[in-house]
Amino acid sequence: MAVKDLKIVGQPVKLRDLDTHVTGETVFYEDVRVPRLLHLKMHRSSYSHAKLLSIDTSAAQASPGVVLVLTHEDLPGKKVYNALVGAGVGPEDEPILAFDKVRWKGESVAAVIAETPEQADAAAAKVKVEYEELPAVFDVEEALKDGAPNVTAHWPNNHYIYPDDHKGAQVRFGDVEKAFAEADHIVEDSYQTQPIEQAPMETNGCIAVPEGDGRITVYSNTQALQFSLDTAAGILDMPANKLRFVGGTVGGGFGGKVDIMPEPITTLAALRTGRPVKFKYTRDEEMRVSSSRSAWRVYIKDGIMNDGRIIARKVTTYQDSGAYLRFSSYASMKHCGHMPGPYSIPNVWVDSVVVFTNRTPSNAMRGFGVMAGSFALEVQMDKIAETIGMDPWELRLINAYREGDMKSHLKPVEDAGMVETILSAAKLAGKELPANFQNMSSLDRKAG
Amino acid sequence: MTKLRGTGFAAVNYPTGMHLGGDPTQSLVHATTSGNFVVTMSSVDLGQGLKTILAQIAAEALGVPYETVIVDTGDTDTGPHCTGTFASRTTHRAGNAVIMAATEARKAMLEVAAEKLEVSVEDLETDGQGNIHVVGVEEKSISVAETAGAAHFELGKTISGRGIYLKPPSPMDPDTGESDPDSTQAHACTVADVEVDTETGDVQVLGIKSAYEVGQQVNPELVKGQIVGGAWMGIGHTLQETTAPYYPAIDHAPKDFQSYMMPGAADMCEVECEVLEIASRNGPFGAKGVGEMVTNSPIPAIVNAINNALGVRITQIPVTPEVILRALDEKAANSA
Repeated sequence: MAVKDLKIVGQPVKLRDLDTHVTGETVFYEDVRVPRLLHLKMHRSSYSHAKLLSIDTSAAQASPGVVLVLTHEDLPGKKVYNALVGAGVGPEDEPILAFDKVRWKGESVAAVIAETPEQADAAAAKVKVEYEELPAVFDVEEALKDGAPNVTAHWPNNHYIYPDDHKGAQVRFGDVEKAFAEADHIVEDSYQTQPIEQAPMETNGCIAVPEGDGRITVYSNTQALQFSLDTAAGILDMPANKLRFVGGTVGGGFGGKVDIMPEPITTLAALRTGRPVKFKYTRDEEMRVSSSRSAWRVYIKDGIMNDGRIIARKVTTYQDSGAYLRFSSYASMKHCGHMPGPYSIPNVWVDSVVVFTNRTPSNAMRGFGVMAGSFALEVQMDKIAETIGMDPWELRLINAYREGDMKSHLKPVEDAGMVETILSAAKLAGKELPANFQNMSSLDRKAG
Repeated sequence: MTKLRGTGFAAVNYPTGMHLGGDPTQSLVHATTSGNFVVTMSSVDLGQGLKTILAQIAAEALGVPYETVIVDTGDTDTGPHCTGTFASRTTHRAGNAVIMAATEARKAMLEVAAEKLEVSVEDLETDGQGNIHVVGVEEKSISVAETAGAAHFELGKTISGRGIYLKPPSPMDPDTGESDPDSTQAHACTVADVEVDTETGDVQVLGIKSAYEVGQQVNPELVKGQIVGGAWMGIGHTLQETTAPYYPAIDHAPKDFQSYMMPGAADMCEVECEVLEIASRNGPFGAKGVGEMVTNSPIPAIVNAINNALGVRITQIPVTPEVILRALDEKAANSA
């Protein structure tokens, strides 16, 4: 079903860099060769939650090959940041390098820059930090209880505060409680996903190179070049025209390369030393330090009629942001926008709460805010089918949204295709459906 | 030991573009002296094939051969702004920006050709093979290369274009959630067949059959690549992957690919797919975003298949052997 008469769009043209990806000849950021390259390694917090009493870098400074050690006192611009501050998200809550407290195990404390990676590693281990351990919290609902350890002072109750002092991003459409009272069946359950690593082949990293004209070229594997440039310039309080970011060919992202973690500190190291500096996450850092996918806990309560129509859906979600905000408030808003899934339900209530814990901060991953929602909704749909004794295919087809239906965020459905997609999958899998279901269409509700 | 089989499915939708919009991408297009076209961007190719599909879109909109389009991306000194590669946005946003830039460049190209052929612009069409000719009179033609050469060296005219795509930001009402969150929605339905070993708790995914509705496909092979890769990732998410194996505790966090388990080739089943193309109103040639959705439908489909096989109700991922065996124990205890 071609959309229109097209010549080259729609053709299975070979991936332009397929051959060099296979042979290993594609150029990635690490293939940049510059003389006099220094290497940065991070000394990281060994506690999930602790007061930071003192940082002693003298042994690290004296370690062989060390050129520079950076702590929070060396930061020329911001001490804390959030990369979405330009989009009005705040307050900025995450230290570039820790001061006062550490709030997750692996938090950046001191950057060590040396002639070789091995020398930087050895010196990073010599940074001496005195801590006073504090109670930590790891479960979202424990974190919301009175008396739970407070993760950051910005969020006194350990949850993000949305506009108008709302605890969560929310949807209010129709009247779910009234509909529950009228429903023939109520089906409730809770769903849990865990933190997941994006696992790109190429770990996060960059090389910052001072140029003769006072600018810094940053070879980066970020998923967003200008965003990383603007964020780095903002953190370092330098004009954006002093930075040039080069990249665009990346060894896998899946959302794991939008944190802007290596670039600012590496740029600062290049500025301070006047030499090129490389900071490449080890696989261990990629696994335990770089953002994971958030863990999500989703509670669903549905009201259903005997004929299979879902007339009310109430969703309460807790997103585990870890110790800092990053893009979690955006993800919970997207989670809200996704509800109630590909179905037309006349009464919808959603609260999606961003909760802070002493876990590695979570951030974007493929399906950000949506994956956990789809998982919960679709396992719930099978429970509904079982509860009311209806074929699960028929249940979905009855409720699937049609063109022009009003969604719960008050936008009519456009480009609808859920019905046709379900029917196509049924055919592929050999599922036999009654004729009235086979004749259904996204364009109307006449059949069925 | 018993091996039980089950089938499950799931239907999902997925938004195209950053939630609530406000995420522009720009493109610049210009002709070289020999009639090639350079598309300058700063968008990032993560391996999904962005550079390839942007060349296809540019060639289509310019009306020139695909091979003559060069995509230059990845330098903030030369490439205009792109918000980034995520949110299933780049085909849609960058594709639309390229069409806008290519349309302007095509107009400039046809104006030069019209001057050379001494006809009016409205009478010209491209053949997609590198020639511009008068509609219905194929012999009255000029090549794109000759046109570009003339523009540079005889007429002193540029053949270039500027493009941007922005879905204007839509604020979300904090009380009701009212908003215009997306540009369009793509759709997926996945059927999974599994076999569960009730002694070890091991799950083998036997087959995945999916229908994906993605609007106009720009490149069907790359769409299929997303679908198969997404199914692979979905199997890992469903059965194995977690950075906190004792969630919510943080102990025993994996640190490498020996301790962070993902499916290997031997764990991968056959993936069959049917692709439907229902055009989006605002996508480039009707395309929708496909990148993220492909992981989302296999996950609940596999969990539903496991529940179907065992007669249990597992509501968490990953469904590790421990989760399976505990669910079977609970079922036995309840029926005792």
